[in-house]
Amino acid sequence: MGAGHAHQLYREGRSPVHTLPPHCKIAAVFCFVVVVVSTPREAVWAFGAYALLLAGVAAVARIPAGFLLRRLLIEIPFVAFALLMPFVAEGERVQVLGLSLSQSGLWSAWNILAKGTLGVAASVLLASTTELRSLLLGLQRLRMPPLMVQIASFMIRYGDVITDEMRRMRIARRSRGFEARGVQHWGVLAKSAGALFIRSYERGERVHLAMVSRGYTGTMPVIDDVTASRTQWTYAAALPLTALAVCLTGWMLT
Amino acid sequence: MHVPDGFINAPVSAATGVVAAAAVAVSLRGARRELLDTAGGAGAGGGERTAPLAGLVAAFIFAVQMLNFPVAAGTSGHLLGGALAAILVGPYTGVLCVSVVLLMQGVLFADGGLTALGVNITDMAVVTTVVAYVIFRGLLKLAPGRRRMVTVASLVAALVSVPAAAAAFTALYALGGTTDIAIGKVFTAMVGVHVLIGIGEAAITALTVGAVMAVRPDLVHGARGLTARPLELRNTGPVAAPGAPAVARTADEPEAAPAPADTAPAPAAVTPRRSVRRVWLAGLAAALLCAGVVSFYASASPDGLEKVAHDKGIDKKTEDHATQDSPLADYGVEDITDARLSGGLAGVIGVGATLAVGTGVFVVVRKRRAAAEPAETV
Amino acid sequence: MTVAETPRTPATEPDVPPSLQVSGLAYAYPDGHQALFGVDLTVARGERVALLGPNGAGKTTLVLHLNGILDAGAGTVTVAGLPVAKRNLPEIRRRVGIVFQDPDDQLFMPTVREDVAFGPAAAGLRGAELEERVRTALERVGMADFADRPPHHLSFGQRRRVAVATVLAMEPEILVLDEPSSNLDPASRRELADILRSLDVTVLMVTHDLPYALELCPRSVVLSGGVITADGSTQELLCDEELMRAHRLELPFGFDPRSVTVPPR
Repeated sequence: MGAGHAHQLYREGRSPVHTLPPHCKIAAVFCFVVVVVSTPREAVWAFGAYALLLAGVAAVARIPAGFLLRRLLIEIPFVAFALLMPFVAEGERVQVLGLSLSQSGLWSAWNILAKGTLGVAASVLLASTTELRSLLLGLQRLRMPPLMVQIASFMIRYGDVITDEMRRMRIARRSRGFEARGVQHWGVLAKSAGALFIRSYERGERVHLAMVSRGYTGTMPVIDDVTASRTQWTYAAALPLTALAVCLTGWMLT
Repeated sequence: MHVPDGFINAPVSAATGVVAAAAVAVSLRGARRELLDTAGGAGAGGGERTAPLAGLVAAFIFAVQMLNFPVAAGTSGHLLGGALAAILVGPYTGVLCVSVVLLMQGVLFADGGLTALGVNITDMAVVTTVVAYVIFRGLLKLAPGRRRMVTVASLVAALVSVPAAAAAFTALYALGGTTDIAIGKVFTAMVGVHVLIGIGEAAITALTVGAVMAVRPDLVHGARGLTARPLELRNTGPVAAPGAPAVARTADEPEAAPAPADTAPAPAAVTPRRSVRRVWLAGLAAALLCAGVVSFYASASPDGLEKVAHDKGIDKKTEDHATQDSPLADYGVEDITDARLSGGLAGVIGVGATLAVGTGVFVVVRKRRAAAEPAETV
Repeated sequence: MTVAETPRTPATEPDVPPSLQVSGLAYAYPDGHQALFGVDLTVARGERVALLGPNGAGKTTLVLHLNGILDAGAGTVTVAGLPVAKRNLPEIRRRVGIVFQDPDDQLFMPTVREDVAFGPAAAGLRGAELEERVRTALERVGMADFADRPPHHLSFGQRRRVAVATVLAMEPEILVLDEPSSNLDPASRRELADILRSLDVTVLMVTHDLPYALELCPRSVVLSGGVITADGSTQELLCDEELMRAHRLELPFGFDPRSVTVPPR
């Protein structure tokens, strides 16, 4: 992870969006999503406006549309869920292409799709313009409990190490002719999972030793900190404030 | 089950956010205690081990969620990990680790909406973990000191924890859902589907806990009371020395160690009352399993949306995306499983009823037992 | 890589306390297993000493006593005159820098720079002074260009070097290395040797790599069965076939310590 070749989430860049302090970006994205979620679903045009806003941010950040769209795939399970809504929801039915669909179900589907997609797109923009490390610093700056930040940063640091171990175990299994094909092989896979847990836990103990050996007493020294100027806050606030204006208009018009 | 933005309305999202924050705050305190205990309090000098250990466990959960367990005909499942975390490292650390995983998934992978983080944490980190742990400890208390019981208890705990989370989700949905689907339908569909998922979760969790028990029983938090009793250890083959400080064990090869599991015969001296309880428990487990298996097969081949997605090639797309070199890119393939709102859910009501009856029996038995033997605690 | 060769001599003045003095150290784990049976060891300032011994001899247990992670059951450990005791632990941990075997365990921070800064920062250093420490430490191991990289993206040899830097940043009295040459390719192995030779610091090196011990450490001690069983010049020790056999120490095939000219200090 981190910023490197194998990292898919972050896209290196020097755009104004990239250089904004992480906590401003996190706050902006969060407020934006809150605004989106509180918009009445009948104000269809408002969601169009939000999409345009995000497209604008993506353009400034030079994030290619293809990259963004590919990352939106994470949403698929819920798209499927949303598509079911018109069939199972209550209320008035309308006929569309010979299918009897619930009107409120259609609205719900729209609601989930629109808000969900905008939320995912906003998060993706955040993750693709902010390094992992900065994200954690931003969360720390936004008063997330320090212990949570530490746990998260250890998770990030060792996520790859442990995934690698898992991969090596899989290769070892396959090299000995084992291929998991069905339920009957779960025992073997679970043994690997158990071994992985033991290794992870023991590594945790060793990491703790290494930390204690270098003077750790329970609190992480704050080595890096991020600060933001008023101008940077203003830039970051542009997105949620514009969205808020759209949202309020939406409420007035519907 | 990662809920996206806009699925639950703003007030309920905010309220669950508060609940989640409170739960995490409580867990932060609790985890300190749990993780300090684990090595028998052995003096590693610095004391505070929460951050590295919880971090590593979170990374483990994150990784193990990517471990594919093939079911049949190209479908596969994976662990959600709440029950496993609770049993292996304790409920507080479990809540904490799963919460961190969810937070990172939301922020980094946009999996689960930012405004829905409270819903997701309440549902998947808190409910799953707590339910699993309560059931697990409860079952262990019913048959104290039995190592085989650990596996059975993990099985039942994991089996119940997943539909419990689904039920909790339904409750949240009833409060703040943005769709007016009859709540009964949501409940049936959610709990039904998740009973199926729960069966997989249960099997994998039990097997994994069993595997850890065989090699390092001292690391299974939920069974710590057991390993501390020398008498119970008599029949269970070689184990790592309990109580030895962590620092003494450098990377020993866990796989290389003989894993005799629980093949040893159970101790003969069993009080009659206990054997009655055993029958009850076995019955309960069997009923749950049978009902589950029946409904699994009754629901027949259409394995819900996952299958649809697979046939329509959606799956393939995500798969291609997944073959990139970063291990993180593997992420997000199987979550389709969660959304499979499959049709043929015959037997689900049966399972629900069995669950209810079983839980009732369990509660009654436990109460009676608690009344009968107030002194005996694990 | 820029590694300055600085000739050094062990301090011989009598008023300088030895970097490390272990006397009568015994220890049993809480489960009753006794690992150390009275270890006596003195390492003078500026010395480089190899700690040899078979698996299970108690080497790791001994190392964990040096910075007070384990509490001595009997006996004492002093580091440059300061006894290892609870009240001295922060200073002891600054003075004793342990480089663990797996650099992935040692490098736990998200970036190299933060990891190297961890120790000094925990000791209270901040700002420009901290920056300077980090920069110097990374330069000494030739890794200054990698400061902002995440450790996971470095090669194994590079990670080991950064691990050494994390400890050097604390300006330790004594550097304790646990299997420094394990898993290194020959080039990284040589680079690390160059770095270690260039450092003006006392070194205690736990290793199974006997040629490496011979190359770097003029003096060796053998820990076996929880006591020091041999102490002397590395070359003589390695040439003593009987002693070597008695303690399960084996030279690699074809390696003859007699034929090696030990490089000047």
